[in-house]
Amino acid sequence: MNRIDQLFQAKKERVLNVYFTAGYPQLHDTVTIIEALEKSGADLIEIGIPYSDPIADGPTIQESNGVALANGMSLKVLFSQLNDIRAKVKVPIVLMGYVNPIVQYGMEAFCAKCEEVGVDGVILPDLPMFEYTSYYKPMFEKHGLYNVFLITPQTSEARIREIDDNSNGFIYMVSSASTTGAKTSISIGQSDYFARIKSMNLKNPTLIGFGISNAETFDKACENANGAIIGSAFIKAISEEGDLEKNIEGFVKSVID
Amino acid sequence: MKVQVDERGYYGNFGGAFIPEMLYPNVEELRENYERIVQEPDFQKQLNHLLKDFVGRPTPLYLAERLSELYGAEIYLKREDLCHTGAHKVNNTVGQILLAQRLGKKKIIAETGAGQHGVATATVCALMGVECIVYMGEVDMARQKPNVERMRILGAEVRPATSGSKTLKDATNEAMRHWINNPTDTHYIIGSVVGPHPYPEMVARFQSVISKEIKAQLLEKKGKENPDYVIACVGGGSNAAGAFYHYYNEEDVKLVAVEAAGLGNHTGESAATTVLGKPGILHGSKTLLMQTEDGQVVEPYSISAGLDYPGLGPVHAHLHETGRATFYSVTDEEAMKAGILLSRTEGIIPAIETAHAFAALNQMSFNPSDVVVVNLSGRGDKDLDTYIKWGKY
Repeated sequence: MNRIDQLFQAKKERVLNVYFTAGYPQLHDTVTIIEALEKSGADLIEIGIPYSDPIADGPTIQESNGVALANGMSLKVLFSQLNDIRAKVKVPIVLMGYVNPIVQYGMEAFCAKCEEVGVDGVILPDLPMFEYTSYYKPMFEKHGLYNVFLITPQTSEARIREIDDNSNGFIYMVSSASTTGAKTSISIGQSDYFARIKSMNLKNPTLIGFGISNAETFDKACENANGAIIGSAFIKAISEEGDLEKNIEGFVKSVID
Repeated sequence: MKVQVDERGYYGNFGGAFIPEMLYPNVEELRENYERIVQEPDFQKQLNHLLKDFVGRPTPLYLAERLSELYGAEIYLKREDLCHTGAHKVNNTVGQILLAQRLGKKKIIAETGAGQHGVATATVCALMGVECIVYMGEVDMARQKPNVERMRILGAEVRPATSGSKTLKDATNEAMRHWINNPTDTHYIIGSVVGPHPYPEMVARFQSVISKEIKAQLLEKKGKENPDYVIACVGGGSNAAGAFYHYYNEEDVKLVAVEAAGLGNHTGESAATTVLGKPGILHGSKTLLMQTEDGQVVEPYSISAGLDYPGLGPVHAHLHETGRATFYSVTDEEAMKAGILLSRTEGIIPAIETAHAFAALNQMSFNPSDVVVVNLSGRGDKDLDTYIKWGKY
């Protein structure tokens, strides 16, 4: 069974997914960060594949992408770092990235490599549903790789149903109309959206992302979904001076305890 | 093979709508409504009125006699440089502002490279009394200062794009991010035949007035609608798409697209996408793209800010792949010399983007009876600083 399904079978609330950019702050921090996140209590780990033009991301993640590329990170380097990750951690891992670097790597080769190293799912914000179902879905299924789609407050009910039907693992609920890290809170106005999604009884679990930065926003998100995703705030935390593992532990504990 | 867009926004293998879910409702709203709106009699009436009395259309098709003598062909210039604001860009912004109003949008955003599209957008926003924000790369703001000030005089806010190479690609990224953050009340006026479907086809249609007029004007002057050649420069490719549009499927007309080779295609400082690019995805469409082996977008270079773009419109990628259009590339130096030549032979100082199209004449050979149309997409007023710095005149 896919590790993401195992996770949601065992844990239906307060699931914490933490995002970091591969190759940031240093090229070879990837495994250290994954191990420290698992140890500190993150339930799911989302690794960003850095890209030169991340249009859905705000300044914090853009900068981490730029630094990671300058450090020499690429999909090939990332896969080599993840080569024996399953000997080290059990936590489900998803890769998040823009579609161009993956298309250049080759979608079939990418799916095969994900299966080989033990990646459980991917989030590709600029891969449209139509392209996925028309061309790529069989490759994902062949390699047991889950494709996680996003929904936003503007997504129509019909499209949410379509996304739910074609998703596996979980649905990424973008909390508000924004790029990543643009807002540091989630507001009252979002309650209607959250309630609307809850009442739809989707087949997939939901995690809320964008605007989740600390214990308060994490708690609020967890009242409305199976858990939440933290990205920009974590990138800021590991940009701080001091010991990387201690910074990670401190941040995760401050969110979940 | 017929050149046309399919319902998913593909021209052959290129196009589509590769956008994050956050942009899906905006783009879908546009896709669902634009064809209906542009066909409404009231829209057509207002558009034609503005194109005539505000933009100054039809623009002349001018027989350039001295240039014709020089190259041994009958060369006509389509005078888009005489459009209000100094380039073809306004054809599209007039259309899109009318569309935005009918979609109930209250604010306009745009990206700009050389500043021509930014000025054309600021102009129509001033005309309609609509708030306007233009994203422009910090590097381009420095090399196109007069256009920055023109936009400000017109009441637009110019926001510097400070990420990446700080040029057109990054201004486009920033405009898309702005749109993600302001999805309901804002329309994004893209200035070229790039972006997610339906933008490339929509912009091409607004620019297609260029080839529509060429046909009528040639019929009047020559008794036939079709020339032997239509030549235009290509960055994203909006003026070329407009000049080619009604000739896409007229096989007797040779379409010639001219890209910027910067310091030379093998120097690492070029913007000639069909030479240096391979299929990839940028700004919402699959097209030819200058990129590294790992799929990271490469920063292009050209002396001309309007051609300094690592991709090109999906229709041009298709015209290139099928061989329907012939592509040439022209260096900074060749373009500057062609700009001076046009100034001295015809009394017209062209935009440096446009000068690239004229430089391609040196790489071609003609029969004396050939009828050649060069799309004179913009005038050189905005480029005086660059001409002065280059200095060889």
